[in-house]
Amino acid sequence: MVVKVYGPHYASTKRVLVCLAEKGIEFETLPVDLIKGENRNPEFLELQPFGSVPVIQDGDYTLYESRAIIRYYAEKHKSQGTDLLGESIEERGRVEQWLEVEAQNYHPQIYNLTLHILFATALGFAPDEKLIRESEEKLAKVLDIYEERLSRSKYLAGDFFSLADLSHLPFTQYLVGPMKKEFMIRSRKHVSAWWDDISSRPSWKKVSLL
Amino acid sequence: MATPVKVYGPPLSTAVSRVLATLLEKDVPFQIIPVDMSKGEHKKPDYLKIQPFGQVPAFQDESISLFESRSICRYVCEKYADKGNKGLYGTNPLEKASIDQWVEAEGQSFGPPSGALVFQLAFAPRMNIPQDQGAIKQNEEKLRKVLDIYERRLGESRFLAGDEFTFADLSHLPNGDYLVNATDKGHLFTSRENLGRWWNEISDRESWKKVVEMRKSS
Repeated sequence: MVVKVYGPHYASTKRVLVCLAEKGIEFETLPVDLIKGENRNPEFLELQPFGSVPVIQDGDYTLYESRAIIRYYAEKHKSQGTDLLGESIEERGRVEQWLEVEAQNYHPQIYNLTLHILFATALGFAPDEKLIRESEEKLAKVLDIYEERLSRSKYLAGDFFSLADLSHLPFTQYLVGPMKKEFMIRSRKHVSAWWDDISSRPSWKKVSLL
Repeated sequence: MATPVKVYGPPLSTAVSRVLATLLEKDVPFQIIPVDMSKGEHKKPDYLKIQPFGQVPAFQDESISLFESRSICRYVCEKYADKGNKGLYGTNPLEKASIDQWVEAEGQSFGPPSGALVFQLAFAPRMNIPQDQGAIKQNEEKLRKVLDIYERRLGESRFLAGDEFTFADLSHLPNGDYLVNATDKGHLFTSRENLGRWWNEISDRESWKKVVEMRKSS
């Protein structure tokens, strides 16, 4: 059964696609144009009542929230493809910890930057320069903590690539690419090495081109 | 008897109380290690060793030291799967995924606006921080839209992830409780029929009532 994934052009959806690629799970993508407001169509809201992407359909089963989707597939197919969860309950605990760090500390800042720098004009509002400045400052502090962590550990949860690292790929790609803030990664030696490592994985190379 | 696990931080903290409620649901004995945030203890080197972001809670048992409340709760549910409420994280992968979906919705859609309102209306006055009326208005608007979605969901389903109380519902208790009991915005919940029914049911859990008691005596 091929998994259907809605909204492939957006970063949150790419979080799901790169996980499916790591696990060797076949998927089919269905575009949703957020600029045109296709996410507000009644048919789409039936699938994802918050009007966000991604949402997946796997046979009869519908699931949304990218981090819920990646947890589901990482666990369901644990012994297929890359193991993204660690081998023990304790390793899983660390993966979950850094995945929550991404969701609660990293994401809010980088999401504000993405919205106001990359999408404001297309969506019809003026970028909030104060919010951009504050979000960049907060993100810098988070990256300082990552720098310290990655000076002691090859990947966030330990010596293995996991969901925690994977979750950072799509929005960080926006940061170093179209947002032109690569210096935030490059000025931190261990974050820089980590970024080079995870972003050169074949799964990410494949998905980032979609 | 098993060594009690350690939870760092005050029960008054929403994130700390999420962990305490989970430990109570799972019948896992714990001790609370105080962190005096009014004295900046959470930003001092000793604490930053176990929680580098300087936030509460942190958690320790005999095999691990962890932070981020939702990850602590997931770890507890997995490690102590056979204890207490065995269905708290579902009993099969599809149930678990539905629970995770609503825990993510809590973390990404419900949490930010409800947390902002709770801070502005319940905590800022106590901390002598001036309220930001713009932020209050903006976050109330955001929260209304989110709660309309919840209202619809809870008309289809008794609890968020299905017929049983799960960690998905529990995760909403900390912010929900302050919103309903410590601000004038409780009507956002109670004026919506399904949401009101759900709120009464989940806030009546023994585990949550114990957390509320712990807050009163701390």
